[in-house]
Amino acid sequence: MLINPSSPRLDDGWLERNIVDPSLKSQQPIVLETQQLHVYYGDNEAIHEGDLKFPEHQISALIGPSGSGKSTYLRSLNRMNDGIARVSGEILYRGVDVNRPEIDVYEMRRRIGMVFQRPNPFSKSIYDNITFALKRRGVTDKKELDEVVETSLKQAAIWDEVKDKLTKSALALSGGQQQRLCIARAIAVKPDILLLDEPASALDPVSTSKLEETLLKLKEDYTIIIVTHNMQQAARISDYTAFFNMGRALEYDETSQIFTSPKVQLTNDYVAGDFG
Amino acid sequence: MNSKVSNQIAIATLYVIASTIVVILAALLGYIIISGLPALSWHFLTSPAKAFTAGGGIGIQLFNSFYLLILTMIISFPIALGAGIYLNEYAKQNWLTSLVRTAIEILSSLPSVVVGLFGFLVFVVQFGFGFSILSGAFALTFFNLPLLTRSIEEALAAVPDEQREGGLALGLSKWETVLHIIVPAALPTILTGVILSAGRIFGEAAALIFTAGQSAPALNFTDWNPFNISSPLNPMRPAETLAVHIWKINSEGIMPDAKAISSGASAVLVISVLGFNLLARFVGHRLFKRLTAG
Amino acid sequence: MNNKLQKQLLKRSKAAKLERLGKTVSFLALMLITVTVFAIIIFVASKGLATFFSNHVNIIDFLTGKDWNPNVTNAKGQPEVGALPMISGSFVVTILSALLATPFAIGTAIFMNEISPHRGAKLLQPVIELLVGIPSVVYGFIGLTVVVPAIRNIFGGSGFGILAGTFVLFVMILPTVTSMSVDALRSVPRYYREAALALGATQWQTIYKVVLRAATPGMLTAVVFGMARAFGEALAVQMVIGNAALLPTNLVSPASTLTSVLTTGIGNTVMGSLQNNALWSLALVLLMMSLIFNLVIRMIGRKGAMSK
Repeated sequence: MLINPSSPRLDDGWLERNIVDPSLKSQQPIVLETQQLHVYYGDNEAIHEGDLKFPEHQISALIGPSGSGKSTYLRSLNRMNDGIARVSGEILYRGVDVNRPEIDVYEMRRRIGMVFQRPNPFSKSIYDNITFALKRRGVTDKKELDEVVETSLKQAAIWDEVKDKLTKSALALSGGQQQRLCIARAIAVKPDILLLDEPASALDPVSTSKLEETLLKLKEDYTIIIVTHNMQQAARISDYTAFFNMGRALEYDETSQIFTSPKVQLTNDYVAGDFG
Repeated sequence: MNSKVSNQIAIATLYVIASTIVVILAALLGYIIISGLPALSWHFLTSPAKAFTAGGGIGIQLFNSFYLLILTMIISFPIALGAGIYLNEYAKQNWLTSLVRTAIEILSSLPSVVVGLFGFLVFVVQFGFGFSILSGAFALTFFNLPLLTRSIEEALAAVPDEQREGGLALGLSKWETVLHIIVPAALPTILTGVILSAGRIFGEAAALIFTAGQSAPALNFTDWNPFNISSPLNPMRPAETLAVHIWKINSEGIMPDAKAISSGASAVLVISVLGFNLLARFVGHRLFKRLTAG
Repeated sequence: MNNKLQKQLLKRSKAAKLERLGKTVSFLALMLITVTVFAIIIFVASKGLATFFSNHVNIIDFLTGKDWNPNVTNAKGQPEVGALPMISGSFVVTILSALLATPFAIGTAIFMNEISPHRGAKLLQPVIELLVGIPSVVYGFIGLTVVVPAIRNIFGGSGFGILAGTFVLFVMILPTVTSMSVDALRSVPRYYREAALALGATQWQTIYKVVLRAATPGMLTAVVFGMARAFGEALAVQMVIGNAALLPTNLVSPASTLTSVLTTGIGNTVMGSLQNNALWSLALVLLMMSLIFNLVIRMIGRKGAMSK
């Protein structure tokens, strides 16, 4: 277990943990898993241990107090931390370790998309936001592009609101609409997995619940991993929940288990609202 | 003397200083415009200069100034854009980057006459371009690069990182993201920087007297084939600009109306610079609006 | 192991190729600038040093000689290439114009930032921005038509000389030094002022004892920056200084600077001749001074950063 002797906290001895393997519980295959994942910012180890397995077509939520490493972990999954942090260990995407330099990180990110905390539409029209990446990848057929725009916006449940103003600037949309547009933008490139980093933290309650509905529909087509601050949100939408604390995944189980009978004391304290 | 009295004296002094400055500057601007305006006419702006007699214009010089400006921008903008992108998006904090930054700082503070001499040595003499628009454009490129690079770098830095992440998360390369998302988002600021540097180039003379030369051969404004010697577009012809013209006629001009011509030419220069300033504000404002509003 | 997927993920995508290309191209652009700077230094140095190595002029004689007459050979059989008149001319106009500009620039900056921020932003700021952009030949022309005749009327003589050069440079560097001083004042945190005023200090005491102290490194940078600009300015000075390569003895007789001799001389000499090489040596002195100003600005910056 001792990976980095310079980190004293690893020496504390026994740590209460409970990480389940979803493949033993559900029929869904595992699409993404990490093995021996460690993340370092300079000399600081941000993630000590966080080995989880994510089942296909399920929503897995990562919860935990701020600074617990849940976002760092998520951003490592599609290597958004490249150049920012050093990530060691294996990230197995459908059995292929993508945490290797010879992997084409752009193709990998096309398959493992990400939506961020703050909506970040490009300062282009709504239509161009959706088609931008496709055009860059060489899709020029207008009909095909139109189709992708419609299906992506429909999947992201924003089509009805924007279908008449596709040529208008995306920045003119409300925050909640912008975030759903970002989801539409992410699914336009036909990813396999969607990573969402606190996507609702900048939204009002109405927009948030709309977003949650959207996610529940999206899981039929995509595997979703979502970091959230909001425990109710995790409870409402996720199938699996991982609890992170101080750079470790301490507990990972079916969401109902985590919220009703967690096995780890710290998880219990956290979901009960005792700290965090 | 108590502190209240000294406070009042000090503040009064500051008022005097600030008003003095305003008066000096207003007088300066007023003098340029008022003494220059009588000389301005369509004839003055379009007809060629005369060496020995009165009644010459600044037509060719004015054209040369604009042509040189455009050529300089065509050469320097892509270089500055590349350099700005590398500095802001790729450069790591290491010795090479700090060396490069030092070099850019040095270049920006070099006297323009030194830059001109270097241009003379390399382009006029070594490469055999002679006194030509092209030599002048290269010299002005060196003069222009540091400030333009810096302003592009700053413009890029002002675009939030979320935009970069947005591009990367779609599986695009950093380069594509920067070129197609970050640069367009920074365009208003970049354009403002370009226009402001255009004003600087337009008025520069010291870097040009030994590169673009101090003569303005007659041009045939009906011939637009750049390979013909009298074509306005020929980049290999010597080309005295407006700023060089002002210097030239005041140092060795023998036409009787040298002072009126200089006044007129100065007014044109200052009005152009003023125009560039206003344009920069306008473009920045307008584009920003267009990019953000629905 | 998923072999098909593995293959797809290992293939280099178009994005990867573009990334490599873009990074290389932009790096080359940056290197082009850097290499140019070194090329300028090396070229000017190699031409400038030829006077000493090829023409065997003693470098001390060059820097301290009072007679500039490259066509004439002196009693020792050496050409008369004493650069002291130009070097001192450059230094004198630079120092005098900086001495004149500093109180005005700092006073105006204080006025703009501390006394009347509203008028500062509405009136002074745009005027100063515009003045930074006025081409130097225009300053030279006005010097020639306004300043020189005025000096001639007051002090007699031709009117050309150090004083005229000083005035022109004073007005030229004023906007630059002022706007940089404003930046320096602006970077002083607001609570410094609030703390001083809360302790019962008058506005002037606050400015003088607190704000100016805190902004000193920034203001020094502004002044040195203005001096660098004045030292390197060529045409505006050349138009009003009189262009006589004589050691300045008073402020109203014709003199010359490094830049003025360069602009008038380089076209009238043959490349490779001693006369030409000597001019390149002047350019080298100019270049070295520019580097020294740069160094001083860096040192001020470092010291300022340390004392904070």
